[in-house]
Amino acid sequence: MAKAKSTKPAGKGAGKPAGKPAGKEDVEDLLQMYEQMVRIREFEDKVNELYTTAKMPGLAHLYIGEEAIAVGVCEALNSDDYITSTHRGHGHCIAKGAAVDIMFAELLGKAAGYCGGKGGSMHIADQANGNLGANAIVGGSAGIAAGAAFSAKRLGTGQVAVCFFGEGALGQGLLYETMNMAQLWKLPVIFVCENNMYNEYTHYNETAAGTLAGRAEAFGIHTEEIDGQDIRVVNEAAKRLVERARKGEGPSFLICNTYRYHGHHVGDIDRAYYRPKEEEQEWQQRDPITILADWIIGQKLSDQSVLDHIQADVKSEVARGAEFALNAPFPDPSEVNTNVYA
Amino acid sequence: MSTPNSNGRVITMGQAIKEALAEELRRDPTVYVMGEDVAEAGTAFKVLKGLVDEFGPDRVIDSPISEPGITGLGVGAAMTGMRPVVDIMFGDFSTLIMDQMVNQAAKIHYMSGGKLKVPMVLRTTMGATRRSAAQHSQSLHAWFSHVPGVKVVVPSTPYDAKGLLKTAIRDDNPVVFFEDKMMYQLKGEVPEEEYTIPLGVADIKREGTDITIVATSSMVQVSLAAADKLAEIGISAEVVDPRCTFPLDKDALINSAKKTSRALVVDEGYERYGVTAELASVIADGAFYYLDAPVKRMGAMDVPIPFSPVLEDLTVPTPDTVFEMAKTLCGVN
Ligand SMILES: Cc1ncc(C[n+]2csc(CCOP(=O)(O)OP(=O)(O)O)c2C)c(N)n1
Repeated sequence: MAKAKSTKPAGKGAGKPAGKPAGKEDVEDLLQMYEQMVRIREFEDKVNELYTTAKMPGLAHLYIGEEAIAVGVCEALNSDDYITSTHRGHGHCIAKGAAVDIMFAELLGKAAGYCGGKGGSMHIADQANGNLGANAIVGGSAGIAAGAAFSAKRLGTGQVAVCFFGEGALGQGLLYETMNMAQLWKLPVIFVCENNMYNEYTHYNETAAGTLAGRAEAFGIHTEEIDGQDIRVVNEAAKRLVERARKGEGPSFLICNTYRYHGHHVGDIDRAYYRPKEEEQEWQQRDPITILADWIIGQKLSDQSVLDHIQADVKSEVARGAEFALNAPFPDPSEVNTNVYA
Repeated sequence: MSTPNSNGRVITMGQAIKEALAEELRRDPTVYVMGEDVAEAGTAFKVLKGLVDEFGPDRVIDSPISEPGITGLGVGAAMTGMRPVVDIMFGDFSTLIMDQMVNQAAKIHYMSGGKLKVPMVLRTTMGATRRSAAQHSQSLHAWFSHVPGVKVVVPSTPYDAKGLLKTAIRDDNPVVFFEDKMMYQLKGEVPEEEYTIPLGVADIKREGTDITIVATSSMVQVSLAAADKLAEIGISAEVVDPRCTFPLDKDALINSAKKTSRALVVDEGYERYGVTAELASVIADGAFYYLDAPVKRMGAMDVPIPFSPVLEDLTVPTPDTVFEMAKTLCGVN
């Protein structure tokens, strides 16, 4: 059980983004990243609403607060690059290009969903965009990501694979078996650890001995630890690591320090027993969307009205998406035993 | 009864398996073999000896001792265009890879609504009496047979092993291929020319009229020996080999039992909640009105496999115990 200590948000993790002025292309990239982060935020807010109004079966693990990581990393990828994701996977899915209406349909168990309603929140896969699927087994996709990287290398496609996982997965042996092979065989896989500090309701100080970076460094894997709230930092790091992987320089380990603003899942409302309110408030001051907005405005790259416009558009897209899903039909009962075997 | 037109060519089970892999590696560049000591050593059982010479270490790949890792890597590679053959030295180590097989490989096609598939083969071993004791002797094929999304092959002859393995590699699903490690030296006729055997089609290994003995893997050989003895006392036993526990050729089992009116199921997995229970229930269900006696089953004794040969030999069915059980079922004293 967690005896929560407050951890200062800002300090940890190197990597100040370069202060160089942005060109036109950069501005488009930044606005795209802003839009994607907002899309995730709006989507997750709507998921929470669907849950609290009892319209969604089951639970969901919200990504709110961590958006800069999924978007910063996925914006450094091509659409045919692979990702594997986690139980907290909606953000990765959107960042890799999924459409919110089809995602909502999946979350509501509707036939129109990405998996025909058979996967749900924790198993969304979107292979058209290289998303090999969320995974409800903590650390369970490490092998899959490395396997995809193995295929890419063997088939000479130039693709890379990103394995997203929370710091809780550092307790799983599969991850280390996979890191070992990835480094031995120089596989183009990037292990992205989203350290939001809590394995469910327990602070990672209580579950992980030694340093996080030391784990990958022991295999000789190139490791970076960064501020996961600043998308410019994340995106620059991701571009570096993707380039290394594409050049055949092998795997890397990217530790992104972050925070989830909501509970472990939508039903986790009373959290004071494992993490203090003040800590939550401190991290709210480092909201990834605000950080990027402040940069865009501060650098006069765009103005508030543009950002407001993006926000409004995304909001109505999400509302329409949820509406579509709510009205969509459930799968036909005859679907229950199809797709068991290919 | 499959009658291979072998022109008399006789090879071992191990050679048949290696031939199947070599042919598939040659045919399809996306096939690779990965496992502990599979390359130069040719596996702990030397079954793949020489394979690396033709295909090189990029396709016959020595891995670290990381069963979950190589299985998971196989799942991911299978999802993205490769056809992995993952080698798990001892079936006992299935315990280590269960998450990757059961929660990942078996479910990915279904969970993705049919969009993703996992065309991989997991080769592993089963079978006791090698004096290898409790952690290297089990037959855990029932564990995989229990899980929707996985296919399970349990070949009993060199001919079957070769044809079934080739089909398994071409199958778009995760297939677990169980090789009885005591049978690698078993010889049988295997034709020179290429052939495949579909999964889920039983083979009648010996025709008979008085009793059906359904047997899997090495228990087929045990049952054939028992059938010889039964013939000496005038009992004609039919030996039916399902060849796969899933997909299961239920009709073949049921039809044979209908014909003989008596059935005995023999398998080397633990008897408790095991393969024999499933096969017996299929027969009891499908041939109920034709049966003259309850369906009997014989599996491994429900104990950890002991080391001492004196004890170990008691734990698995033998020609003698199968003979005795069949005799009793037929009402002969
Ligand atoms: C192998 C396994 N063990 C336990 C669980 C239950 N569980 C679900 S999420 C979770 C915590 C995961 O923490 P972390 O990996 O840090 O991800 P986060 O939830 O913080 O994003 C646990 C223990 C699981 N799904 N899989």
